[in-house]
Amino acid sequence: MKEPIHPSELDPKERITGFKEVISGYREDQAVEEARRCLQCKNPLCIQGCPVGIDIKKFIAHIQRGKFLRAYEIIKEKNRFPSICGRVCPAEYQCRRACVLSGKHAPYASARAIQIHFLERFAGDYGLRHAGGRASSRLPRDGRRVAIVGSGPAGVCCAGELARAGVTPVLYEALHLPGGVLRYGIPEFRLPRDVLRQEIDTILSAGGEVIPNVLVGRTCALDELREQYDAVFLGVGAGTPSFLGIPGEQLGNVYSANEYLTRVNLMQAHHFPEYHTPIHVPARAVVIGGGNTAMDAARVALRLQAAQGMKPEVTVVYRRTEEEMPCRRLELLHAQEEGVKFKFLTQPVEFQGDAQGRVRGLRAVECRLGEKDASGRRRPVPQPDRPLQIECDGAVIAIGLRPNQVLTRLTPQLKLNSRGEIEVDSQTMATSLAGVFAGGDIAGGEGTVIEAMGMAKKAARGILHFLSGKNSS
Amino acid sequence: MRKGTITHKTVFTEGPDGRIVQLSIHAPDIARQGRPGQFVVVMANSRGERVPLTIVERQVGTGSFTCVLQEAGYSTRILGHMKPGDRVYAVVGPLGHPTDTSFRGRVACVGGGVGIAELFPVVRGLAESGNQVTAVLGARSAQFLILEDQIRAQARDVVITTDDGSAGIQGTVAVALRDLLRREQFDYAYTVGPLPMMRAVAELTREWEVPTMASFNTLMVDATGMCGSCRMTVGGEVKFACVDGPEFDAHAVDWQELRQRAHVYDSQQTHICKLPFADERTDTSE
Repeated sequence: MKEPIHPSELDPKERITGFKEVISGYREDQAVEEARRCLQCKNPLCIQGCPVGIDIKKFIAHIQRGKFLRAYEIIKEKNRFPSICGRVCPAEYQCRRACVLSGKHAPYASARAIQIHFLERFAGDYGLRHAGGRASSRLPRDGRRVAIVGSGPAGVCCAGELARAGVTPVLYEALHLPGGVLRYGIPEFRLPRDVLRQEIDTILSAGGEVIPNVLVGRTCALDELREQYDAVFLGVGAGTPSFLGIPGEQLGNVYSANEYLTRVNLMQAHHFPEYHTPIHVPARAVVIGGGNTAMDAARVALRLQAAQGMKPEVTVVYRRTEEEMPCRRLELLHAQEEGVKFKFLTQPVEFQGDAQGRVRGLRAVECRLGEKDASGRRRPVPQPDRPLQIECDGAVIAIGLRPNQVLTRLTPQLKLNSRGEIEVDSQTMATSLAGVFAGGDIAGGEGTVIEAMGMAKKAARGILHFLSGKNSS
Repeated sequence: MRKGTITHKTVFTEGPDGRIVQLSIHAPDIARQGRPGQFVVVMANSRGERVPLTIVERQVGTGSFTCVLQEAGYSTRILGHMKPGDRVYAVVGPLGHPTDTSFRGRVACVGGGVGIAELFPVVRGLAESGNQVTAVLGARSAQFLILEDQIRAQARDVVITTDDGSAGIQGTVAVALRDLLRREQFDYAYTVGPLPMMRAVAELTREWEVPTMASFNTLMVDATGMCGSCRMTVGGEVKFACVDGPEFDAHAVDWQELRQRAHVYDSQQTHICKLPFADERTDTSE
């Protein structure tokens, strides 16, 4: 069995001097070689592991034969954004974990599993380069228009599916640039901005537009969109940051991960003062959480420190152990390589501040792992008799997100579940309001980009079905 | 005309600490939907900060709204230097909950500095609902007193205070408010302006048991509930000024915490303001 092919990566020392993409894509020969490791199983389990059901076996078979554009087209049948998903999908928990080469019953794929995500990214980038996304030819429009609220993963995916069917999507975005969490949340070193722009352009060039600077619910009511459009899709995401609820959390220089990342990714605070949005660069940063967002925040903080000529000093504090961290293994590895420190089995108790009200330390206690909880992971049990003190002058809280409630609070007719998510029909993604559909985190709770896209695709089918019923009646 | 185009500009006051400037911005959606107490976020150019500004007046017919700003920092200075015909890079709104201007009876409205402009739509809304409004307006000097005539046209009484006595009573709004509270019974109070002023107002009205709302202009980034930069503690709960506010019960907020959070970026502000001020009206990246 051949060894897995690894794409080249920037040296960790060089990485933290900027925001350049860490992983280079496969060269053509590398892609072919990695694809040739694929056994082309009779019963390809990987496809079942993909939330949108990409024909992984088939696209890899085409890469094996050097038919890269064909591979691109096969992916695009199921996934509109291979260059994005190939970069951000937690493949080791999805398709790669299902790969027959991966160890059985592991929480995530072994290193031997086919590197499906890198192959997807290769095909996606190849398609963007050589076919200009191959959707640049405007498809005929049939006059039907659908309003898409939110231009994040769910919104752009739904727009793409509708555009392909001849329906014109009009995306409403509250911020000044489209992309949602792909724009404000995921840093450039994981998802370069030109890749994001090209993927969105591919959708728009097939027919459709983005209207930025509109907060639906405030700038216009949902009912107005229902009147103006044939249907509405809500993909407003899980944009509300959760806080720990411990004393001192409102001290200066304690950030939500959303704020820290938005200041950098969207507002370019790392280019202050050329860009005017400031950010605090702590000499000693603490990041609380164990997901991808925590890894992103930690790695952004390292880069900010390096840019200021400071010695990198970032510690991730997590209640459980490395094994239970929900982040992608690759992000964890990259964070470790770049010099992020980890303090596992540590539960924050209180932030301590100075006379100016700025954070100066974190009081915590050690945990031990107890019984498994609902998530199947062992529950952290704080041990009050084992206190810890962590000095810091900046903290980022990355413990998760709740549904964005601006629109739902202003639209009381919209039925929500107990978590504040929009209630949808699981088959059509239809909400309690006729002609209004929802998908992504606002309907399914905090999930991955590809899960949001899976829901958005389902919603697009639901919308098309709804529109055809409308026409015939 | 494209959304974000500046249609009118009035310089109210030239001063050593920055001018007070009124801008009218073309944005039909905001002109149509904006209500008293709501705000917008403006980016002067693609490198700019997202600056929250209160909607002062709306011209629904021409599709524009006005806001008033003091050139206190770098971003407000860029905005203050924009001219009619220029276009801001982004403007979104209206944001936040509108003020509840329903009938309460006798209402004291206290505004300070540029907050007087933000007070104006609230005074008008309260007056239109039949409230008897007493407006207390505080400024550094007569020169910094803005929109006095407009507020006089709506309020039953107006009390002016200035730090130097160049108009009205010499002293702070708190001094004038204490006198009023001693003489008259109020059912409700509303305040907008600098934090120390609003805090002083809150302490007085608490003493006299007058329910009081204060409007907060905390630091924001997205201003749509996504980042929590504007979070503040109200009645022991964490609230986001952008989506839960911008107004809260002045007797329930943690003033000490607000003061500290307002100064987090002082050193960066000092730094950027010391740089030579380039004319950033035009957007090179477009």
